[in-house]
Amino acid sequence: MEYEISLVTAVGISVLFALSLNLITGLCGQISLGHAAFFGIGAYTSALLAKAGVPFLATLPAAMLLPAAFGAVVGLASLRVRADFLAITTMGVGFLFVGVVRQQDALGGEMGISAIPDTGLSKIAFMLLTVLLCVLAALLSQYIRRSWMGQVFNAIAEDEDTTRVMGMDVPRFKLAAFAMGTALAGLAGALYANNLKFISPDSFGFVESMTVLSMVVIGGIGSIPGVTAAAIVLALLPSMFTFIGEYKLLVYGGLLFLMMRFSPDGVTGALRRLMARRKA
Amino acid sequence: MQPLLRASNVTMRFGGITAIDDVSFDVMPGELLGLIGPNGAGKTTMMRAIVGINRPQKGSVVLEGRRLDALSIDARIRAGLALSQQLVKPFREIDVCDNVALAAGAAKTRTPLQALLHVDRQAERRVALEALERVGIAPLAAQSPRTQPLGVLKRLEMARALALKPKLLLLDEPLAGLNSKEASELARTIADINRQGMTIILIEHNLGEVMRICQRLVVLDNGRKIADGPPQATMNDAAVRAAYLGGEADVAA
Repeated sequence: MEYEISLVTAVGISVLFALSLNLITGLCGQISLGHAAFFGIGAYTSALLAKAGVPFLATLPAAMLLPAAFGAVVGLASLRVRADFLAITTMGVGFLFVGVVRQQDALGGEMGISAIPDTGLSKIAFMLLTVLLCVLAALLSQYIRRSWMGQVFNAIAEDEDTTRVMGMDVPRFKLAAFAMGTALAGLAGALYANNLKFISPDSFGFVESMTVLSMVVIGGIGSIPGVTAAAIVLALLPSMFTFIGEYKLLVYGGLLFLMMRFSPDGVTGALRRLMARRKA
Repeated sequence: MQPLLRASNVTMRFGGITAIDDVSFDVMPGELLGLIGPNGAGKTTMMRAIVGINRPQKGSVVLEGRRLDALSIDARIRAGLALSQQLVKPFREIDVCDNVALAAGAAKTRTPLQALLHVDRQAERRVALEALERVGIAPLAAQSPRTQPLGVLKRLEMARALALKPKLLLLDEPLAGLNSKEASELARTIADINRQGMTIILIEHNLGEVMRICQRLVVLDNGRKIADGPPQATMNDAAVRAAYLGGEADVAA
């Protein structure tokens, strides 16, 4: 049972992380190749606060606000650069985060932070909290999609210039997407740190950014059930087939490539087309 | 009477090329103004300068006494401009009605927070249907823009602009690419919308339709304004004729 609980918790954290990127990339169409940095900022914030004696739950707001502040700054970059250039900029942010953390003794440097104090929650309670937060994030995403904000995000994702000519303040909406998405990533990061009790810069590098992007793309950019399902499967893969661990980047990269080539709207899109063909 | 829009001394350079050179004109409330000129005259650039897509180096644009020069594109649209672009760009993921409803929802999409707090779209879809009605494509409301011909998309583009409830409607070559029947129908629609009280600036190469529906013409050539007046008199102007026929203006004539 112990194993299942920790597995569900780990998968839940992945789902939350994937849903956070889905807000930015899926709903608003802004690519990010450095999303793990915000996951990391949340993890470090929560871990450092916990070590300073702040109770676990009380660290969560800070673990969301700080990444959101950095996220808004990166969002500012998205006002100036688009598509490929935004991908490169956000990738740079990812590397920057790891590079800076490595050099800071206050942040544990290469060694990271270990012996993060106990959350005071039992394993099961922590798992339930994680699952609850996933459900809330999914509901929030669904709600955003249905709201006028979702409409505007959709429009921005499809054609930014036309959206502006229709009178919508595109920069502010993009910043909002980045702030919300990075806040949720920070929350996922805080859960991650308190679940493992140990974090190091390596846990928030390029591979993690690619992994979460794969989840969003493979699930079907924007589709909340799709992204959730892809996050669950991709998070389980390495534990089901241990050999994948070594080739994680290869497997995910390969899947990403196949998706982009054959079904750019992900498994969700492929399924939808299949259903349409069945009906016809 | 105060003009609805006043463009004064607008100058727009791209690198070494002066696309618009010190152009000034007024648009009076209720007017249907034709902005015409040969290819490359700077008409679209002028329109884009009014909306703020291009930022002029010199000059200013005033809408109802309010200077627009420092405002962003979206702020100018909210101030009362609407642009129907030459290249139609519908959102393909949503149906025709939702395309227009998105524009009609301007009050709910002012800020991200407001947009987040509103879900209901009934009122906007009603406004959208009215706008679609005005341009004559209401029966296609539930269709996807993907499957619609250019004639419908041109009307959709115009319905979207109308749904913004603008004070001034800017139409950039709405008739381009349409056959002559479609073009004259759409020109009639434009004239109807103008008669209902909408002030319009129309860029158009189809001079027959321009002469038929516009009350005044402003003619640009090589970025300069060369004429401004009633259609018939303007088209008889020697400089305008020379610009269109490609010869040198015979000033003595």
